[in-house]
Amino acid sequence: MTRLQLAQFSNQAIMFAAIVYALAMLAHIVEWAATRSTAPGRILVGPDGAELPSAGSDLGGAERPYRVDLWGRYGIALTMVGLLLNAAGVLARGLAADRVPWGNMYEFTITGCVATVLTYLIMLRFQPIRWLGLPVTALVVVLLMLAVLLLDVPAAPLVPALHSYWLYIHVTAAMLATGSFTVGALASVLFLVRNRAERRGTAGTGISARLPEADVIDTFAYRVHAFGFPVWTFAALIAGPIWARYAWGRYWGWDPKEVWAFVTWVAYAAYLHARATAGWRGKGAAILALVGFAALLYNFVGINLWGGGLHSYAGK
Amino acid sequence: MTDLAEAPLDSRPPEPEQTPRALSPVELARWAWRQLTSMRTALMLLMLLGLAVIPGSMVPQTRVDPNAVANWQLLHPDLTPLFKRIGLFQVYGTPWFSAVYILLMVSLIGCILPRTRVYWRAALAAPPKAPKNLARLPASLTSTLDVEAADLASRARAQLIRQRFRTRVEEDSDGTIVVSAQRGYLREAGNLIFHISVALVLVAFAVGNLFGFRGGAIVVDGQTFTNDVQSYDDFAPGTLFRDSQLEPFSFTLKDFSVKFLTSGPAMGQASSFTGNLAYKADPKASERDATIQVNHPLAIGNTNVFLIGNGYAPVVTVRGGDGEVVYSGPTVFLPENASYASVGVIKAPDAKPTQLGFEGEFLPTYATGQDGQPVSAFPDLAAPALSLTAYSGDLGLGSGVPQSVYSLNKSKLTPFTDASGKPVTLTIGLGQTKKLPNGAGSITFDSVKRYARLQISSTPGEPLALGSVILGLLGLVGSLYIRPRRIWLRIRRTSTGSQVELAGLDRREGRDLNHDLTKFLDTLTKATR
Repeated sequence: MTRLQLAQFSNQAIMFAAIVYALAMLAHIVEWAATRSTAPGRILVGPDGAELPSAGSDLGGAERPYRVDLWGRYGIALTMVGLLLNAAGVLARGLAADRVPWGNMYEFTITGCVATVLTYLIMLRFQPIRWLGLPVTALVVVLLMLAVLLLDVPAAPLVPALHSYWLYIHVTAAMLATGSFTVGALASVLFLVRNRAERRGTAGTGISARLPEADVIDTFAYRVHAFGFPVWTFAALIAGPIWARYAWGRYWGWDPKEVWAFVTWVAYAAYLHARATAGWRGKGAAILALVGFAALLYNFVGINLWGGGLHSYAGK
Repeated sequence: MTDLAEAPLDSRPPEPEQTPRALSPVELARWAWRQLTSMRTALMLLMLLGLAVIPGSMVPQTRVDPNAVANWQLLHPDLTPLFKRIGLFQVYGTPWFSAVYILLMVSLIGCILPRTRVYWRAALAAPPKAPKNLARLPASLTSTLDVEAADLASRARAQLIRQRFRTRVEEDSDGTIVVSAQRGYLREAGNLIFHISVALVLVAFAVGNLFGFRGGAIVVDGQTFTNDVQSYDDFAPGTLFRDSQLEPFSFTLKDFSVKFLTSGPAMGQASSFTGNLAYKADPKASERDATIQVNHPLAIGNTNVFLIGNGYAPVVTVRGGDGEVVYSGPTVFLPENASYASVGVIKAPDAKPTQLGFEGEFLPTYATGQDGQPVSAFPDLAAPALSLTAYSGDLGLGSGVPQSVYSLNKSKLTPFTDASGKPVTLTIGLGQTKKLPNGAGSITFDSVKRYARLQISSTPGEPLALGSVILGLLGLVGSLYIRPRRIWLRIRRTSTGSQVELAGLDRREGRDLNHDLTKFLDTLTKATR
């Protein structure tokens, strides 16, 4: 294929990825809708007076009706197809431009979606986290649409400052960490929802009925963040500075991008500490994780678009 | 301290109740020290540091981009005095920033030291004794086996050692054997290493800022740079850096070339910058050749020369009204945009009858924009031209106030005007000469040279910073992923063999302890059959 064909193929793959993710999202919506909520205190009693397991509740549960489970499986299968298309789009983009597809915001966004979905699917392999299916697919659908509508630029070679193998190392690690922080942020939001419902005694209704217990979500969120944090440390505080030293003559110079990478790092470090500090555990820690994610997002969107500084080529 | 996991299992005894009375200075100091080194304070200081760095990304910083600072100050004259007073243009050098930084470091060290001592003792200690009631622990099992108790104990111990547990076996007075086991001692080591590394990185960063220097220089093709303070356009030494520490090297920029993309969607974007240098490490050393590129600095001794920018320096000759050459040479113009339309000035103080000044643009590929103004259509030298406004009068150089070479002080200058009174714009193609009105002189555009914008710097402590941050990452991984676990077996003799009580305790929640214990018991049972 020629460059132009590759670039067109990439655009189409991304479009189809968004459509398939949207279908996956629909499947998960059906799954959520079919999961009946159970009000607390309402116990199902069989004819012999024995308690029956409550039908529904908690998408991770094993004793769910077959059809509800089936919709969830459709959702996951579609998510996998979406991921393949998404990854093919990223790959074709790189081939079209004859370089790594990490030169501008559009490319960062589509690669970030791959990282997020990949993190979710890998974690799903080991843990019953299907309750994340709907939030993850909904998020990537929105992100891909934003990328295509607002950020798309033609594929082009890189400016000389980016001619370095540290581009691969630094950006890959940053992307990987971003993927797990995104999944972690979704989990932290859901934790806050469920935690609040549990405190108010309304955990059996609404969204929180579809979620596992707050402790389970919290543990999951911690694991994703505990994976993302060392990777981010490597990306932002090791690989980044090494490259900066060669490209700009100093390993750390408080460029706006560096400032916000550091703020992100501090927020997540505080999150990991807060989980072990009395008074911060639970809600406080989850909020810190979201602060970290907000800093990460600001660094990506705000600094690229309005910040200027040495990383400005990452913008549109 | 900042414990990434949780408090040690054997928690410290509770602090005695403070009675509300006046504290002596020693007590006050001790109280303050304890507050400063508590984990809660460290956490607060860490978050405060995270907040303190933010203003530096919102307001331009002198050390990052002095031009941006100057522009910002022009646009916000009302805010500038206030911002200057609280140091917002150099956030990372202000006392309040240093205060947070130093407090955090002291807080860190203040908890690393005692924790290291505690850890040292714990690391040498045998596993802790079994609690009285094992059934109360989060996970426990009981089983009866027809194996003799002592035999079972030794097998269990061997199995635990295989799983990298540290063990201890004791026999109670009633003949009950207790096996205690613990693993994951390295978690706390990782935690300590991580925090020590953070402190070391802070030290390395401070060393680099105190003892290093950073300077910028523009070197035109063919020019020689000698490493002394006068050669720099801007020079920012660390507080403890002495000018005599500059290494006595020199280099000549023999050739500087730039390639631009001539097709494709990113036409006009640079694809490579390369400078060929000849350098001498000191005046007596022999000359050596080197190339310098973006991302590929040249190291001379402990100093590094980085290529961070480039531009054009048109070579012009200015003649006065009497035909005398009053200015000649390459003049650095600063690029304004991606197509290298560059701005600059030329000053000819020796011109007669009046001093002459020129201000305007250099356009590597001259074209006319939609509004009729000259623009550059491409960054390479396709049709180079100068578009200048000429002034005569007093350049103001004699006042003793240092002037930027990139701007004209126009307070005593008047532009040359045409018949209708409008200032004359001279458009000068390569090789052309333009005469000034009224026989005031002429200007010739002889040729164009490129220049390289270099950053020359020395940052001691770089290896320490890199080493510490890598060590810190290893410690972090250890502290996050090593899972300390304790297992106890209480083995009682029975008439047919032994009764085993097995229990475990994890420092981390969410592990499959029950599953692991069942598996452990299965393996033990199978091995004894």
